[in-house]
Amino acid sequence: MKIDMSYGSGGKQTGDLINRVFLKHFHNKTLNRLEDAAVVSLEGKIAYTTDSFVVNPLFFRGGNIGKLAVCGTVNDLSMMGAIPRYLTAGFIIEEGTELETIDKIAHTMALAAKEAGVKIVAGDTKVVEGNGGVYINTSGIGEVKKGGISISGCKPGDAVILSGNLGEHHAAILSHRMGIENQISSDCAPLTSIVQNLLDSKIRVHCMRDVTRGGLATVLNEAADQSSCRIEIWEEDLPVSKEVKGLCGILGLDPLYMANEGKMIVVVPDNQAQKALKAVQCSKYGANARIIGTIREGDGVVMKTRLKGLRSIDLLYGEGLPRIC
Amino acid sequence: MKIQEVIDELKTYDGKPVKIMEVCGTHTSSIFKNGIRSMISPSIQLISGPGCPVCVTPASYIDRLTDFSLKKDHCVLTFGDMMKVKGSSMSLTEAKAIGGNIKVLYSPFMALKEAQEHENIQYLFAAVGFETTAPIYALMLNEMQQKKITNLKLFTSIKTIVPALSYICEKEKNIDAFLSPGHVSVITGAESYRELAETYRKPFVIAGFEGEQILAAVYEIMHQLKSGQYKVKNMYAGAVKEKGNEKARALLQQYFEQRDDFWRGIGIIKNSALKLKKEYEIYDGGSCIHEEREEMPEGCKCTDIILGRKTPGECPLFKTVCTPLHAVGPCMVSSEGACGIWYQYSGKESYIDYEN
Repeated sequence: MKIDMSYGSGGKQTGDLINRVFLKHFHNKTLNRLEDAAVVSLEGKIAYTTDSFVVNPLFFRGGNIGKLAVCGTVNDLSMMGAIPRYLTAGFIIEEGTELETIDKIAHTMALAAKEAGVKIVAGDTKVVEGNGGVYINTSGIGEVKKGGISISGCKPGDAVILSGNLGEHHAAILSHRMGIENQISSDCAPLTSIVQNLLDSKIRVHCMRDVTRGGLATVLNEAADQSSCRIEIWEEDLPVSKEVKGLCGILGLDPLYMANEGKMIVVVPDNQAQKALKAVQCSKYGANARIIGTIREGDGVVMKTRLKGLRSIDLLYGEGLPRIC
Repeated sequence: MKIQEVIDELKTYDGKPVKIMEVCGTHTSSIFKNGIRSMISPSIQLISGPGCPVCVTPASYIDRLTDFSLKKDHCVLTFGDMMKVKGSSMSLTEAKAIGGNIKVLYSPFMALKEAQEHENIQYLFAAVGFETTAPIYALMLNEMQQKKITNLKLFTSIKTIVPALSYICEKEKNIDAFLSPGHVSVITGAESYRELAETYRKPFVIAGFEGEQILAAVYEIMHQLKSGQYKVKNMYAGAVKEKGNEKARALLQQYFEQRDDFWRGIGIIKNSALKLKKEYEIYDGGSCIHEEREEMPEGCKCTDIILGRKTPGECPLFKTVCTPLHAVGPCMVSSEGACGIWYQYSGKESYIDYEN
């Protein structure tokens, strides 16, 4: 069954959509009340964020727009040392979308939310003219368990840890669009377990950032800039899968600039680097973590290449890949 | 010989300054990606040549494409690299924004599919490239004939490298040696540089694209220069044969002939283009009657950069008014262009110290 404009009318069909799809998957005490706003309790300082998702295609190997919408917001909260608690979800659906498509997306969102330990407590649906497109906005709120984690917190001597292989989301989306057959799967995942383990291990985390659009190069440049330091990374220690490397070779892509949806960097004092690395490696989605570099005095980002040359790593400029998340 | 010994020797070179031109944009890119400039003596200067087909394609070529795209039931097919290049009034991206019908292709064969699926639309395919891409265009022409496709034409800007190198050797006496392009040589063969090496008494070394391969080629060049030699040396023998790819060249000869052509930033170079032969003119979207004359944008040093007289960093517009998002000169537009590569990789080279 296809969704038409009447599903956005606020009348019977809207109610049907809410009951038959969203409540079925997201049900929880707060949402079930269907009040104008969710009323929830939280402890201490809160982190609060929002993100919109416009990825094309809606479904790809390793996930779909719904999984991205939950993980993206959950990860942003996590990076501030917060435990994500509640999400809201706003759907903008183009007419002509199959109801089953929305059902699948909502189903995945519910699974991802469960894994990340968050509840989807409020939502909204609009239907617009178009041809089967779906856009999702999520906002999220979490309780800050460890304050003082900041993109400006890197200090000379600190170690930089990357939680796993680079470029997989980008490579999966691009392969899908270009009709290239391979086994590359998006890395889309919640980073809550990694953060929980770091906090439980009492690591003095200086900075955490999820590595998304613009890739590692962009995140490191932001950190170097905001922390007024230089970041040096080592090409030999950057984890990239064979398949992604192969695809990059063919298409002339650089994994440093490719998007990820389940990777993060952690910057910690050097004497805690091994302990922190273990904590990440023992977490779900952190098995391939590596120490990839160090913080120095100075500015900018440089990479020591495989041949021990130095290469400057600038920001991504231009459009990269449109509608990747 | 170990790569470390090569690096050590290149690092400690303190003889007279040497200028080596790498002709191919992919070499320039690899030089930066591997940090090769930081690994060799500052007396060995690596300079970029005219090795980016997009950069040397004239503005009037873009104008033809934008005009075509704006006509009713007409459509321009192009590779993504061409989209941002400024014509005399606008780029293809800008033409698209005002209603131009322009599609970006990943492979030339997508053009055939487009044309077959929409027979009521007239297609013009921007066939830009060097000898490397040209055989694919020839294969495309094969299929167009077989499938009797009549609503697709090629608007070619296919340049050949050897005449351009000959031009540079003639005009620019201060270049000591050439790192010959890897991909182009696969087609043209190592032998295509012999006459140049003999005439101008300069080493031509063909290199692959890995950091080690480039370093080894620079090492070979330095040794030739030291001992007064000027040989063509093929150090990419896995891919490049002495006579090149004869089958591909035969295919080129079937469809194309050598003509004089205009290179943006340089001017007319004799016999430097492949244009469709008279008998295939029904597939020609106007390439053969296309005449170009143009001025470079004020202040732009792309001419000097393509000819190896200046590095991008020496252009007053570089990184000030000319950036990849607002390219003034053609070398900034493409990811294979010298300025574009310099911008991306050496933008802040000042903070790379050479202590290591």
